[in-house]
Amino acid sequence: MPLELKQVTKRVGGALHIKETSLVLEPGHFNVLLGATGSGKTSLIKMMAGLDPIASGQVLMDGQDVTRLSTQKRNISLVHQFFINYPHMTVYDNIASPLKVAGMAKSEIQGRVEEAADILQLRPMLNRRPHELSGGQQQRTALARAIAKESKAVFLDEPLANLDYKLREELRDQLPELFAGRGAVVVYATSEPEEALLLGGRTALMEDGRVTQFGVTAETYRDPANVRAARVFSDPPINTAEIVKQGSRAVLGGDLSWELTGEAANLADGQYTVAIRPHHVLPVADAQCTVSLSGRVQVTELSGSESSAHFEMGAGSWVSLSAGVHPYEVGEIHEFHMDPKACYFFAPDGARVA
Amino acid sequence: MKTENQKAWFFVLPVLLLVAFNALIPMMTVVNYSVQETFGDNVFFWEGLNWFQQILRSERFHAALGRQFMFTGLILIIEIPLGIAIALSMPRKGFWVPVCLVLMALPMLIPWNVVGAMWNIFTLPDIGLLGYFLNHVLGISYDMTQDPVAAWITIVTMDVWHWTSLVVLLSYAGLVSIPDAYYQAAKIDGASNWSVFRFIQFPKMKTVLTIAILLRFMDSFNIYTEPFVLTGGGPGNSTTLLSIDLVKIALGQFDLGPAAAMSLIYFAITLLVSWLFYTLMTKDDLN
Repeated sequence: MPLELKQVTKRVGGALHIKETSLVLEPGHFNVLLGATGSGKTSLIKMMAGLDPIASGQVLMDGQDVTRLSTQKRNISLVHQFFINYPHMTVYDNIASPLKVAGMAKSEIQGRVEEAADILQLRPMLNRRPHELSGGQQQRTALARAIAKESKAVFLDEPLANLDYKLREELRDQLPELFAGRGAVVVYATSEPEEALLLGGRTALMEDGRVTQFGVTAETYRDPANVRAARVFSDPPINTAEIVKQGSRAVLGGDLSWELTGEAANLADGQYTVAIRPHHVLPVADAQCTVSLSGRVQVTELSGSESSAHFEMGAGSWVSLSAGVHPYEVGEIHEFHMDPKACYFFAPDGARVA
Repeated sequence: MKTENQKAWFFVLPVLLLVAFNALIPMMTVVNYSVQETFGDNVFFWEGLNWFQQILRSERFHAALGRQFMFTGLILIIEIPLGIAIALSMPRKGFWVPVCLVLMALPMLIPWNVVGAMWNIFTLPDIGLLGYFLNHVLGISYDMTQDPVAAWITIVTMDVWHWTSLVVLLSYAGLVSIPDAYYQAAKIDGASNWSVFRFIQFPKMKTVLTIAILLRFMDSFNIYTEPFVLTGGGPGNSTTLLSIDLVKIALGQFDLGPAAAMSLIYFAITLLVSWLFYTLMTKDDLN
């Protein structure tokens, strides 16, 4: 029962906000929309939900064209970043509201509400009102409503963004399990690459109103199709620099060059963009990290188990991310070492070449 | 125990003086008149509660009070649902929002006696635009200077015209404070327009509606200028509301004692009903 987008676009005040997008979203795993704020994740969700008008293209559910079908008739659920529950209703009534509207028998409603409440540990709160709950409980109520409804498509629009760190981790671990085996297409929007990797499934990378790549999450991470996709799916941001390939060597700036191996060695001579993830640029050399580059340390961050350093070298500002605590002095010239095999190469038009 | 700093009293004093001069002293003067008889020259005779008894037993007071409740009841029954309906049908974003808001605010900006004079001229059977049209074009006999029913229709219509906007603006303020996400959630639940009103819009409007009802009650219960200018309480006594009657007794007949007693009873009723309204309407929120 896939949810399919066929060349959909959306206009806001004449400008094309969502560029022609086609996606086939399948049930059975999470479909993550990953992109920065303003990249069009929420717009795409609203278009699928029928809340925002589509300028052109089609939306299909189960092979049926629902483009012109009103939201009320689509049998879908949506969980927002903000905890949206009906404030004057109890948790029970909140979870039951779509079922009541659908005219379901009271006994059946009770069964479904209690099942959803058990899954989300809301049993003791069923008689409370939303404002008497913590943020996590409020969001669990919204999730319970989506589960009890047993809709064909569930849209989760950054549902964890407003929760504190611990709750976010807890709920994120539960989420894939919650929807497993329910047969619904689950669409999950997030701006955090890490979240996409943890949720697995398939990921669509979004940038500036278009999907730059869509595929199995881990593969999408490992194999960015273009430089834009590589930028979206990296946190801290991926390091990039312009290089010139000359013979078997890559030349970065005037004084840094290294021997190319694998596919990159077979590229035609010329200009390319090289990209490398921060955790392949380390402050100490090892068997893999054999290419040395030096730069002036600008900013350092210590997160307990990881150290990161932003450093300025001729080609621009790069980031190094390494395990453990590494002491940096801001302003010092530091030697970093990158793994040449972890480099991605992109043609000037942005397409991945090696 | 430590000696408390008594300086704070000095800061309260100006407010106390202000309240004393603009509320307490005038009020006490009325209380003073309500228990005495005076024939001028600052000579007073003690009357006790006689005036109160006289007013409470008087047919005239009962009739005016009845008319007052009828007027207030009628305008509330019309203005509250009408105000909500208009607020619901107003646009929530775009070019027409300020246009609608200004149009809504216009009637409220017109001075009360001007409103009365406007409607008087508007509805006069021979020269008024509406009066002439009804009588001479449509052939409906309509004369608010002769017919009590026509007079009532006119003062109620006038009040609806003048004050429905207040209910509209307050309801609208409640409506626009509802985030889009709630409407979206309701759509996704498959809710009908009625459910959206019943479970999202109405609960959100409840607080401002309470205020709107209270304001409209107090205002309409104490109304004087507009009906006085429009009908002068007539024809006969058919539109003599409490305040009009009060002014007749106080200034027309110069019966200061009974007028003072009536003022206090009037005030007590307004206070009591307002309190009842408020307690009943906010009861749910406290539980």
